[in-house]
This record gives sequence, C-alpha cells and structure tokens, in this order.
Amino acid sequence: MKRDYLLFLLFTLVVLVAPLAFEGGYLLNVLVFMGINTMLAVALNLLLGFAGQISLGHAAFFGLGAYISGVLTANHGVNPWVALPIAALSVGVIAFLLGFPILKLKGHYLAMATLGFGIIVFIVFNETVEITGGPSGLTGIPTMKIGAMEFQGEMKSYYLIWGFTLLTMLLSINLDHSRIGRALRAIHDSEVASRVMGVNARFLKVQVFTLSAVISAVAGSLYAHTMTFVSPSSFGFNFSVELVTMVIIGGLGSIFGSFLGAALLTFLPELLRVVQDYDIVVYGLLLIVMTMYMPKGLAGGVASLARLLRPAKKRTVDHAQG
Amino acid sequence: MLRLKNINSYYGQVHALKNVSLHLAKGEIVTLIGANGAGKSTLLNTLSAITPARSGELLFEGNSITTLSPSRIVELGISQVPEGRQVFKPLSVEDNLELGAYLRARKRAEKGAIRDDLAMIYELFPRLKERRKQMAGTLSGGEQQMLAIGRALMARPRLLLLDEPSMGLAPLVVQEIFRVVEALRKEKGTTVLLVEQNAKAALTLADRGYVMETGKVILEGPSGELLENHEVQRAYLGKEKKEIWER
Repeated sequence: MKRDYLLFLLFTLVVLVAPLAFEGGYLLNVLVFMGINTMLAVALNLLLGFAGQISLGHAAFFGLGAYISGVLTANHGVNPWVALPIAALSVGVIAFLLGFPILKLKGHYLAMATLGFGIIVFIVFNETVEITGGPSGLTGIPTMKIGAMEFQGEMKSYYLIWGFTLLTMLLSINLDHSRIGRALRAIHDSEVASRVMGVNARFLKVQVFTLSAVISAVAGSLYAHTMTFVSPSSFGFNFSVELVTMVIIGGLGSIFGSFLGAALLTFLPELLRVVQDYDIVVYGLLLIVMTMYMPKGLAGGVASLARLLRPAKKRTVDHAQG
Repeated sequence: MLRLKNINSYYGQVHALKNVSLHLAKGEIVTLIGANGAGKSTLLNTLSAITPARSGELLFEGNSITTLSPSRIVELGISQVPEGRQVFKPLSVEDNLELGAYLRARKRAEKGAIRDDLAMIYELFPRLKERRKQMAGTLSGGEQQMLAIGRALMARPRLLLLDEPSMGLAPLVVQEIFRVVEALRKEKGTTVLLVEQNAKAALTLADRGYVMETGKVILEGPSGELLENHEVQRAYLGKEKKEIWER
C-alpha cells in the first residue's frame, strides 16, 4: 500500500522534471499525448481491470467530452473552465443512464453493446454537421486560460494535462486501496459471491462505469482545448480498441501499468514511422507476444524482473513467510 | 427464527422451488439433503435474495424479508457460504475476510470490532493466519472452504447458510469443518442451515433434517429418525434394499 504512494511520489517528480530535458518541441508534444492517453487508460482500467467489465466504446466518452467542451466554447462562447465540468457532468449522466441496462450484460454481449454505443456516437459526430462540423471537424476551440496565462504551446499544455493525469492516478490508487476497490475486484472474480457478501454489484458497476466515463470526458475536454481542433476520426472504433490494448499490455488492474501501456502505444507509432503502413503488424505481434509471455502486462513483467533481481537470500526469506 | 411459507422460485425457466415451507428455531442446526437439482442451492439463494422468491413469504425473526435486497439480508444477519466456496481467488486471504465485513466497514466505529473478528477467525482457523498474505486461489480445497466460512462469519451472522461445505474434500477435512460449525453454535449460538449431499455426515451433525426432491420437501424430521428412515437410507445413504431387509 505504502509502496504505491511512494512510487506515485517518485513518478510525480519524474513527470515534473521530464520536460526540462526536452526544451519543448516535437518530443514534448508526444509527451502531452502520452498524458492524455494515460488518463484514458487509467480510467478504462478502473472498469476493465478492477471491475472486470469490458468497454469497446470508451472513445465515445472521450469524444463526447471533447465535442461538448468544443461546441460550447467555439460556438457559444462559454469559458473553457466552465465547459469542462459541464462536459464531464453531461457525460456522467449519459453513462449513468446507459450503465443500468448495458451492465446487466456480460462478456461478449457487453462488448457488443458498448461497441454499438461507440459507433452510434461516432455517427452522430459525423452527421450533425451544423453542430459538430461533421467529418471535416470543429475548429476555433479556445485554449484554457488562468488569468492572463494561456495554456498554449507544448510546455504549458504538458503541465496542464499531466496535472489532471496525476490527479486521476492518485484518485485511482486511493480507490484501489479502499473497500470499494476491494469490492470491485471481488465482482471481477465472482459476482454472485460478492453479492452474497452484501456488495451491491449492479449499482457499483454502474458507478465505476460512470466514473470511468467522466474521467474520459475530462480528458476529452482537455484534448479539445489543447488541440483547438477536433474531428470524428480521433474518436472511432480504432481508438477504443487502442485503449483496451493499452490497458491489457500495461497490465489489468495496475495503475502504473496503464501508464506503461499508454506510453508504449503513444511512442510506438513514432518509432514505427520507418516501417510505414506495416506498423499495424507490429501491434498485432506485440499483443500476441505480450498475452503469451507476459499475461500480467508490462506492470507484471516489471514486478517479476524486480523479484529476479533481488538478492537470492532475501527471496528465500520471503518465501518462508509465505 | 426463520420461516419459509409456500415459497416458489424459478431458476431461469425452471420451477425450482415448489411450495417449499420450512422453519428453523434459534440455535438449531438444520440440514437440507437431496440429490443434484433438487433445489437445495436455489433455496439458499432465495434466502439470500440472489434468486428472489416469486411467491410465498420469508420470515426472519418475525419480520418479512421476502422483498429485501441481498445487502439488506446480510445486514439483518443472514450470511451465505456459497456452493463451490467461491473465494475471491486473485485476492489475498485477508482481503477475502475483509470483504466479508464489507457492509460493516461503512461505519468507522466498527473498525475495532472488525479487527477483533479477524483475530477470532484466525484463532478458529490458524492455517488462514499462516497464509493471510497469500492469494486465495493458491489455497487447498479445505483451506478455501475454511476461508469461505471465515468470510461469511465476518458479517457476524446469526443465521449461517452453508452450501455443500463437504464438496470435494477429504473426510478428515470435512470432519474438521463440521467440528467448527458445531463449535460456532455452542459458543455463539449461531443458527445453521446446512445443505449437503453427504447425507450421513450432515444428519449426524444436524438436529433436524429436510429431504428435498425435484423442488419439493418430501420428508422432514429429527436427524435420528431420518437416519433410520428406509427411504432415506435407500436413496441417500447408499444402502441397498437387501441390506435394509436383512436387518
């Protein structure tokens, strides 16, 4: 328990000083995206890794957050700091109402239902041209401001987004160590047994679904105000799958794992520029190899590596204690 | 303490409980025996509100609990040890036990009492204490059954529902578990409804028994009488007709 908070503290320090090594520019831009992806992966992990409920439509919540915030600010002149909570709240209400019927489904059926939701939202983004600008996107979204300071340019965007990402991670670590976190893991393993313990599984699943959607919407809103432009293609089925990949490759149920997964999948396209269109092949291979040899994801891999590197004597003592 | 009046329950489309009536007095150990598919587990799940009753009435300590939610039932003091143990395998032994006190843990004031109960469970099952940091999935079958019982006890039940605790366990382990059930009754006055396929062991432990067949209660009586009953001997105790006649 303490170890997670210590790790978080260390992680925060690294995040805070990292940009100084880059002096702005292209690589820092990648780190900004890494922050958004980490936030989204952590949010999805709460649902997928903790509660064990799949969502193949999480890009829709991200997109709804981005569009609600974007439309309110670009077309109606609302302050971005007001638009962000409005976006989060409206997406929360949508997820809550959607959650009740949809989370009664399990496994493949839940996957199909969330997939359907994602596709519907994607179509709405494309077809409501007067509001969203349709396939060509929505332009003129203002950046966030605090007083006279505008969050423009990589450096400021970086700190804005990573601030929210770190907050999300801290919240998730807290949740993980609470009795609610334990109950979510119990639902994941056996829903009937958890209900016999008095866990209101149905409602708890809806609550974590809503929380996950709200965090995704906040990420969406931040994305819109950082990019100042959004288009439907960023919120399609592909991105939903990419989010699931991040969570699984990172390690189900591991907060830092979600960061590793997000980091890898943000950096990989940059590295794979050389192989051009064949990057998708590398993704596929990566998923196969990871699930075969590292079923607990990057986080699990790092943990076993750490165990291997520890002095042998200490290991045997640990063993004796069970 | 507990009374079921003409309970009807459905498992999916199957009419699993047909006008079932039974009762338990405070401090009693009552067993429910019967073959696979007789409706024994459905009865426990109806009591826990996992498979709510379609008709009939459930009374617990004089109050109707027919329409209450599963969590409300646990709060009232009815705790189930589900069939096949169903411990939370990826969670540690201690986390499993803490989950048993999930509803109590809402109140800060209960914290100390939960600590004490945890110590009590470890005293009851010392092997769980040795393994408290271990993942529940790595325990042996007997240890998992102990954990499942310990987890149910963390809710401080006055009525404990046990679903086939002997399933897949060595006779010695079954004995140990039954000994604990008896001790619970003696020390805490816990009332127990025990569902079993191992009819002989169950009737030896229990004060009274009910025999179920295809959703109905077909026989009831004190354990001693049921053990002597020819029909029970033939169907559930594995005694051949010939053997019974020869005596």
